[in-house]
Amino acid sequence: MLLPACLYGLLMQTEQPNTEKIAISGSLIILGFLIILLRLLQLQILQGSEMRKASETNRLRVIGIPAPRGIIFDRNNLPLVKNAPYFCASVVPQEFNQNSISDLARLFEIPVTDLYDRITRKAASPFTPVRIKEGLTFSEVSYIEARRSDFPGLLIEVETSREYIYGSVGSHLIGYLGKLNPRQSKDPSFKDVPSEAFIGQWGAEKLYDKTLRGTAGQKIIEVDAVGREIRLLDETPPVKGSDLVLSIDIAVQKEAEKAFDGRAGALVALRPETGEVLGLISSPSFDPNKFAKGVSSEDWQALMEDKKLPMLNRAIQSQYPPGSTFKIMTAIAALEEGAIDTDTKFDCKGGLNYGKWRFGCWQKKGHNVVSIHRALVESCDVFFYQTGKQVGFDKVAEYAAQFGLGSETGIPLGNEKKGIIPSSRWKREIKKAQWFLGETFINSIGQGYVATTPIQLAVMMSTIANSGQVFRPTILRDEPSALVRKVNVRPETLEIVRDALKGVVNEPGGTGAAARSVMAEVAGKTGTAQVVGIRKDSKYLAERFRDHAWFVSFAPVEKPEIALSVFVEHGGHGGSAAAPIAKKAIEAYLLPLDKKKELLNVQY
Amino acid sequence: MFNIDRRLIRNFDWITFSVIIVISFIGIMTIFSATRQPGDAPQATFYMKQVAWLLISICALIVIVSFDYIWLARIALVLYIIGVLLLVFVLITGRTGMGAQRWISIGFFSFQPSEFFKLIFIIMLAGYYSLRREPLDTFALLRVFLIIVLIPFVLLFKQPDLGTAVIILLIFTSISLAYGLQKKLLITLLIIGMVSLPFVGNVLWTGLKDYQKNRLIAFIDPQADPSGIGYHINQSKIAIGSGEFTGKGFLKGTQGPFRFLPEKHTDFIFAVYAEERGFMGSLFLLFLYFVLILRGLDTARKAKDEFGRLLALGITFMFSIYFFVNVGMTLGIMPVVGIPLPFMSYGGTALLSNFISAGVLINVRTRRFSLFY
Repeated sequence: MLLPACLYGLLMQTEQPNTEKIAISGSLIILGFLIILLRLLQLQILQGSEMRKASETNRLRVIGIPAPRGIIFDRNNLPLVKNAPYFCASVVPQEFNQNSISDLARLFEIPVTDLYDRITRKAASPFTPVRIKEGLTFSEVSYIEARRSDFPGLLIEVETSREYIYGSVGSHLIGYLGKLNPRQSKDPSFKDVPSEAFIGQWGAEKLYDKTLRGTAGQKIIEVDAVGREIRLLDETPPVKGSDLVLSIDIAVQKEAEKAFDGRAGALVALRPETGEVLGLISSPSFDPNKFAKGVSSEDWQALMEDKKLPMLNRAIQSQYPPGSTFKIMTAIAALEEGAIDTDTKFDCKGGLNYGKWRFGCWQKKGHNVVSIHRALVESCDVFFYQTGKQVGFDKVAEYAAQFGLGSETGIPLGNEKKGIIPSSRWKREIKKAQWFLGETFINSIGQGYVATTPIQLAVMMSTIANSGQVFRPTILRDEPSALVRKVNVRPETLEIVRDALKGVVNEPGGTGAAARSVMAEVAGKTGTAQVVGIRKDSKYLAERFRDHAWFVSFAPVEKPEIALSVFVEHGGHGGSAAAPIAKKAIEAYLLPLDKKKELLNVQY
Repeated sequence: MFNIDRRLIRNFDWITFSVIIVISFIGIMTIFSATRQPGDAPQATFYMKQVAWLLISICALIVIVSFDYIWLARIALVLYIIGVLLLVFVLITGRTGMGAQRWISIGFFSFQPSEFFKLIFIIMLAGYYSLRREPLDTFALLRVFLIIVLIPFVLLFKQPDLGTAVIILLIFTSISLAYGLQKKLLITLLIIGMVSLPFVGNVLWTGLKDYQKNRLIAFIDPQADPSGIGYHINQSKIAIGSGEFTGKGFLKGTQGPFRFLPEKHTDFIFAVYAEERGFMGSLFLLFLYFVLILRGLDTARKAKDEFGRLLALGITFMFSIYFFVNVGMTLGIMPVVGIPLPFMSYGGTALLSNFISAGVLINVRTRRFSLFY
């Protein structure tokens, strides 16, 4: 501005007559008008259509309308989740008075610097609202509403979040929602999902996300600069996501999870007729509600650092020696191969000497002379050392493989572990060593190399209960069942085993007496997997040295409706730690629906 | 004193008068359009208030024209002292609006003294210079600057009313140049100005308020935008450009009512007008201002004495500066300085002050024949 003024001064020579000075002023003014004219030409004529377009996009906005997510039900049509509205606070930076930032920070209990960073971070326009807090409670909302006038530019927005009615119950199977992770936002199958949307990130929520998600609608609206809707121009309504009926019974989940009482472990319950999963528990579990509004970093940290690994799905991912539950396999293999029959007897003197080693029976005083029935009922180790030796462990491994042990069951949850069913070939290839008879002994009673997941043992029990059909476990109620194979085992053999398993729970001296129920006849087998080779009879043994407890079961014996496996990490004896949990699960499943609702406090 | 005779009416400057009336009408219609709420009925308050102020302003103009402007030279000093006192008063007690103290409230009525001070300042300068015979030398210029310019400049800068402060400075520069400087002084000033520019700029910069700095930053680099001023300039350009050749039509503009434009009925009213009336309408408005300004220069040329000449020049320069800075701002070729467009923008004090200024201009032209004495 100084420069033109000086130029003007030089032009207006002092000695010049006044009229000339005025003429020079006039020409400068004409020059100014010319500049404005040219600028108008440029903006209105040359860039006119471009500017017209800009003014349209300015005020037309395409707003996505999220589709309500499908509801997840249990097999009795009890809803497991609901879509609950929740409130968020946002600030329009342009309208916000920066002086009141510390008051606002106090209102929301967030650090001032944090708030300042969020508000001043460069947005698309100063009118784009910036989210400052999510998941406000009702009382917070009413408190803020009353003070809205103190904070121009503060908005309260409503979003819907997923509420998991039973909290942590069944969370490993039901799953949770989360924001798109960076990998997913690049994935073309998520291209219809708005970047800030929540999608299924675990369990059934993830597996059937496409079904549950629905199709988002959109509306084209005319807005003012603050984004306030002026007029609706076009609307495509959203299509609600389809509902999903899971095969699980929430009563089973809840009762069994209560029975675990925080101990680490797993339970898998199947419907023998179809292979549907009636219950799947990995304890301890996590509360999916914590993820529903975006997991806080403290919560995530706590979950990750928890020594009990709540995010680990033990039902399909933990592999442990099955202990005595594996004797079922040894028995079936020996009966099928003719190595023993129901009359074959071995004398148990509390242990067996082989070379310089002694293989003890858990019952130090011995079981005396036992046949297959009593050997299973009392879980005699010596009987199965002998039986394993007779039939050979490679044969046992073949039968175990038929029942699905040593390979994934194929349940559609990710990262399933295979377990190990060793054989002489396996040892040659993997361990590069010879198979010893001593290994036959210990593997025949489910110790040593043999390792199974809880779901594998559940499939095994289901196969015994349904007379030989191996199903791939499915998690939807109305899904057709997936038969994997029929085991090549005579019905008589299975009958002998079933009868013995009934005895385990119901006969005197049976190890599974704790699973005995008045509601139905229960069959089962206990298992205790050794952790270290030291004396276990001390009650005061540190927890991490205690044995793992197993109990596999089905019920009712005559017409099995549920088959399950229970595993309690460092639980001690299968009969005392795992069997009561199985009983709870079975009883919960067999309850009539109205009693289940009563149990769950469902009001309707 | 009341020399209302036929000659006065015959010599009345009907052209200037009609031009400002037409611009004011266009202004009222544009205010009407700019302040309407989309979907609602138009808000009566703004444009009705402006109509009322226009009536008051026309009366004031007639009163001003009926006095001989020579009287202004006689009361110049008194006016100036009152003006400065009002500026001091507003600094102490003024009502704050938009981060600045500019208003004085008298009962339910409030006005901005700085609006009237510009005219008083022109009268004072013209009165002082008209007493001299010689071109200004260094001492004379320094004296004028220190006594007449510096005090109100500092007061205005403190308010802060940066727009008016800068305009006072510009009016002083242009009137002084029009009066005449010694050639030696002119060249010295030119050199000093060039050398001290960065230094003065720095001093001014540190004295600016944050929002003023932001405006300048946004003008230089609209992308680096700390508070959305660049966004506003951009929206203003969009508004004007989207008018294209014929405009969107009266009440069809969207940038103003939908709040994309800030200060839509005051500082950015040209953008609202250009959006609805397009290039044709803008051309017409430009023509009206062109006539007003050239007519003012012509009045100065024909003035019967030095006081009248400087008065007319000062007022015309003031209108021109306002016009160019305001329209330049909306077009994105001038920094954002919050000054209104004369006769168009909403604002009662400004309209009244502009009409009084135009009244003085008409007065000078009406009494251009020495015959009157």
